Amino acid sequence: MAEKHFEVSRLPGFATTAIIVFVALYVPIFTLVAYSFNASMSVAVWGGFSTDWYVKAWSNQQIKDATLRSLIIACFAAAISTAVATMAALGTTRRKAFKGQTFIYVMINQPLMVPEIVTAVALLILFGMIKQATGIQGIGYVILAHSAFCIPFAYLPIRARLEGMDLSLETAAADLYATPWQTFRRVTLPLLAPGIAAGAMLAFVISLDDVVITEFVKAGGQDTLPTYMLGQMKRQLTPEINAVSSMLLLVTVALLTAFFLLTRKKNDG
Amino acid sequence: MSPAELRETRRSARNGWLLSTPALILLFCAAAGPLLIVVIYSFLAPGKYGNVEWQFSTAGWVGILWTKDIFDETWHLADAHLAIFWRSVSLSLLTTLFTFLVGFPTAWFIATRPANHRAFWLFLITIPFWTNLLIRTYAINEVLRKEGLVNTVLIKLHVLSEPLDMLYGPFAIFVGMTYVYLPLMVLPLFASIDRFDMKLLEAGHDLYASRWQLLRRVILPIVKPGIIAGSILVFVPSLGAYVTPRVLGGGKQMMIGNFIELQFGQGRNWPLGAALSMTLLIVVTVALLVYVRYAGRDGDARHG
Repeated sequence: MAEKHFEVSRLPGFATTAIIVFVALYVPIFTLVAYSFNASMSVAVWGGFSTDWYVKAWSNQQIKDATLRSLIIACFAAAISTAVATMAALGTTRRKAFKGQTFIYVMINQPLMVPEIVTAVALLILFGMIKQATGIQGIGYVILAHSAFCIPFAYLPIRARLEGMDLSLETAAADLYATPWQTFRRVTLPLLAPGIAAGAMLAFVISLDDVVITEFVKAGGQDTLPTYMLGQMKRQLTPEINAVSSMLLLVTVALLTAFFLLTRKKNDG
Repeated sequence: MSPAELRETRRSARNGWLLSTPALILLFCAAAGPLLIVVIYSFLAPGKYGNVEWQFSTAGWVGILWTKDIFDETWHLADAHLAIFWRSVSLSLLTTLFTFLVGFPTAWFIATRPANHRAFWLFLITIPFWTNLLIRTYAINEVLRKEGLVNTVLIKLHVLSEPLDMLYGPFAIFVGMTYVYLPLMVLPLFASIDRFDMKLLEAGHDLYASRWQLLRRVILPIVKPGIIAGSILVFVPSLGAYVTPRVLGGGKQMMIGNFIELQFGQGRNWPLGAALSMTLLIVVTVALLVYVRYAGRDGDARHG
């Protein structure tokens, strides 16, 4: 029998491998979530369905404090990094290439290139010196560190949005005697808003998830949710950690879905 | 250029710098600048109880490869350090290779879906990518441990009679890193394959190329930039990994990242830790430069 139609793009074994990869990506996560509903005291043995560990996690003061601290840090870090990233994006797009622009790009993307552990060590040393010299303590150091490494994540979607924007609307506003500030406030900013929201959301998620830099920069009693969990992983584990993980997972997935809806609108419109 | 245009260009450049300044200051204070302090610290003498003595010393850099015998004060190669470097490099290379072997078919599969389904498959890859690294690492712990999913299933299927001891060792670290960094391989590969013109395959087929020949002689050379990008994106964080080896390696199976932390904790040898950090940074920078070089050359070749 003659070959029906040679499906050129179909390579043997590729689809099977891909399906296995997708299953392998999600099975561990679902296992983790499933065990958060485990009634047993130990993560090891399944003891029937229960939501006890969520109740327990909810009433654990340490977890409550760490969660609140994580949220405060993420809010500040997202706000600060998005504000400076928006300005930088406006400064580095839609104008003639200028001297030093490459330097600015390299600086902004620097946190993506340097291994986290190296930045963590560097900040440990620097903040240690500052603390010793000034005696100033507090959560500010963690917020400062987070604000810095969140900048590239906030910058990229904002820049992408700016580059895709139609310049003619701003030219039209200027032709109609709008001042540069009015044009920015009434035309550019509203058009840019989805990009800013997307950038802020990514920055928020990145800050919320950070372990390594926070672990090195935080002082005693300044645990965020991830560093609290990392600390717990040394000890005998209870499904409480699964319950906390599942909650954090839920928040991340919700934010990501929102992010995708926001950036998809850009392509449609 | 007329004077007015020149003025306009200057004004635009100045505004560009002014608008970027707050971000640059923040990045300099809390990301790039502190690295300079690490360089200085790597050339100081270790303090007795951690921190440093402010006097010049190359002990930190020498200590990367050599140790002084505490009894007869002779220098010899630090085998323990070499073992850690070897573990870091070999596990990172293995992770890169394996993520490519399974990531390429996955990226190909996504790129050959109908256009309206592609976003969905990509979303499935992206979700794990953005979820907490610690949670994903812990999820692998759930799967690999003695009473975990793999052992339970294999015992139920009578493949095993005794649970396998898979946790806390190089194997667990390898599985964990492959799992957490796989999306970093799939995404750039997909971007490359997505631009690939499938008509080339038809042309090759018409010229009697086998599927294997098409893959080797047509597809792989064209998607090479994606392969290089994915490999760098996986290799760089693997080499500097801290969380995965800590959670899945147990205390003893360190990688460079954990070894660096140790110097600032119990090891109390900050200059050595600083020198190790700089070494890691240099290796990563070289890898990134190689990538830029190759990606650049590829772009030129296409035009030529």
